[in-house]
Amino acid sequence: MSNILLITPERCTGCGSCELACSFKHEDEFKPTASRVSVLRFEAGVSVPLTCLQCDEPYCMAVCKTGAIDKDADSGLVSVDGNKCIGCRMCVMACPFGNINYSVTAKKAVKCNYCDGEPECALWCPQQAIEYLPQDTATLGRKKAYSAKFAQLVEEVQS
Amino acid sequence: MYGWIGKVLRVNLTSGKISTEPLNEKLAKDFIGARGLGAKIFSNEVDPNVDPLSAENKLLFVTGPLTGTLATSAGRYNVVTKGPLTGTIAASNSGGYFGPELKYAGYDLIIVEGRAEKPAYLWIYNDKVEIRCAEHLWGKLTGETTDLLLQETDPEAKVACIGPGGENMVLFAGIVNDKHRAAGRTGVGAVMGSKNLKAVVVRGTGGVKVANKEAFREAVLDARAKLMAHPVTSGGLPTYGTNVLINILNQIGSLPTNNFRTAYFEEADKISGETMAETKYLRKKACFACTISCGRVSAVKSGPWAHVGEGPEYEATWSYGSQCGVDDVDAIIKANNLCDQLGIDPITMGSTIACAMELFEEGVIDQETTGLPLNFGNAEALVKLTEDTGYQRGFGAELAAGSYRLANKYGHPELSMTVKKQEIPAYDPRGVQGMGLEYATSNRGGCHVRGYLTSPEVLGIPEKLDPDSTEEKPAWLKTFQDLTAALDSAGICLFTTFAIGGPEIADMLSAATGIDYSAEDFLHCGDRIWNLERLFNLAAGLTAADDNLPPRMLEEPIPTGPNKGKVSKLPEMLPVYYQVRGWSSDGIPTDEKLTELGLA
Repeated sequence: MSNILLITPERCTGCGSCELACSFKHEDEFKPTASRVSVLRFEAGVSVPLTCLQCDEPYCMAVCKTGAIDKDADSGLVSVDGNKCIGCRMCVMACPFGNINYSVTAKKAVKCNYCDGEPECALWCPQQAIEYLPQDTATLGRKKAYSAKFAQLVEEVQS
Repeated sequence: MYGWIGKVLRVNLTSGKISTEPLNEKLAKDFIGARGLGAKIFSNEVDPNVDPLSAENKLLFVTGPLTGTLATSAGRYNVVTKGPLTGTIAASNSGGYFGPELKYAGYDLIIVEGRAEKPAYLWIYNDKVEIRCAEHLWGKLTGETTDLLLQETDPEAKVACIGPGGENMVLFAGIVNDKHRAAGRTGVGAVMGSKNLKAVVVRGTGGVKVANKEAFREAVLDARAKLMAHPVTSGGLPTYGTNVLINILNQIGSLPTNNFRTAYFEEADKISGETMAETKYLRKKACFACTISCGRVSAVKSGPWAHVGEGPEYEATWSYGSQCGVDDVDAIIKANNLCDQLGIDPITMGSTIACAMELFEEGVIDQETTGLPLNFGNAEALVKLTEDTGYQRGFGAELAAGSYRLANKYGHPELSMTVKKQEIPAYDPRGVQGMGLEYATSNRGGCHVRGYLTSPEVLGIPEKLDPDSTEEKPAWLKTFQDLTAALDSAGICLFTTFAIGGPEIADMLSAATGIDYSAEDFLHCGDRIWNLERLFNLAAGLTAADDNLPPRMLEEPIPTGPNKGKVSKLPEMLPVYYQVRGWSSDGIPTDEKLTELGLA
């Protein structure tokens, strides 16, 4: 897998642009209930975007009896083959994060597929709360932000 | 239809009848949605002379064709009715998440008629609509009401409700949605209270379709890029919230202070956005689909006013702050939060307290009347009187009618800082001439968001105008009023216009609806809406004499600060404005103008 979606909840303002962009791309309408990414808004004004984490050992895949769910060895993406899916919703029950959905209109399981490498949610997020970053260096930004505090401390102590 | 859902929900609270009807496509095209479409449907159905608090008045919740889409800051809806504070048509606009949810449930608008016999609320789950008993909610604050309603309906539902303010028909009560967003002005909450309607709760699982997917995506990407590059919408508002204006307005000498006795507040920095960002704001909170995120979760961490809430916005910080001579930011935040909880408009509330403070200092009223020493600067009074007003208790019952009625009652109408009986906001029109004309001509009474000339006059957007000059202000105001009427109707937020204008919005609207609106067509719709509102007000008995400012603005020069010595030059601007509008010298739209607009 070259890139992953990195979510930084403390940046999220709860605007829901990701849900709108996702449903527009995949369902041709603005329909948050059909979005593959969800924003969970909490009382204190904290919001958390959630989408498929593309697990290394996907429960959804393990429980699928028709082999409709597959994990691509190269990209790491977990995807649903609509032709094989019988709509039993076992995968929906199995996912501990609630990140795979059953589409009432398609009568199939649907989930995030990173928009085949150009995820709309990351493109439309105005706060960079969802970013699409190279897997091996995705967390470098966080490391830098945190280590900057140490750097400042060291500077102060040594000056 | 695209953009619009194409369906109207009609609820009669007297008979209990619930019905739906198709949206009239011609009206939708000509009046767009939200504010404009609401005004058209309302004036078609309601006698302009209706008593605003009677069962014959109607209350409309109206979305726009862009509401619920990814268009820039497209989470708005309007409440349209006849306002009890002003006696004018009232269109009160709110953000948050309620408007989009109404569309996802399958409706462009709700028309509420009649009056429920007992407290009731409306529960909408897609095409399932019920009028439910709200007796157990009556008397409760908006926050608790919202929590209880989410428990008994659906945790994902969106709630627009009134608090004790609306129930007790405080004339400037608002409707609060998503706990901290409000259709705040003109008393729409009192109309809801008069109908015994505690709340509208909506859950929608459907979607909104647009006509031209690719064109819409391109148009929104273009508009968003401009918003995210503009210093106001990507810097000032996101960093400091709307309170960024406190220091700006004070520095130019136009921050009304002590009931407009002056326009310069020595202690302004104590209540500024910069100070609040350092000491009070916890985090940003955005409305639906908004890149700007001007909303703030804020906290008073200790002391008598300790609480966590949202806001305050600039206008409330001003009305409770410099307008009352108060520099205690904790009391301001607390009083503003009480307004959210009680469901009342903080602009009118603060300014009505300021009027009472001046009556008190002038010796017109005393402590026997007010119940407490009411000098300018009394921070405790803000909190106490706001609460008493919401419950119509003691002196609060007098404040609950607004400053116009209060000042008249005590024989000093000149001390009410109102236009058409509604309090004028936080830009002293003696120092910002265009804003004076904007207040005087606003169709819903004293208001800053009908033609925000502060943008060119103070912020230099889209170009800098001399705030002291009257030249060209009437023409600028007409353009701003028309643009605002149209964008309010489309369902997007006014704040987007710092960075985008008619062309960008028309592009989004055209792609969404499949109807080709040029930028000129869009402004023309705004002109039509403005004139329609004007016609309603004229039929309701208002005249050109109501297009005026408080005498203090015209006669008393600002005594201190950078604008010392200035008064409003409204009489120079008003006749020109009427001409620019195509109205007679009495402020009446000419037949020619009405024919041009299709309103004849």
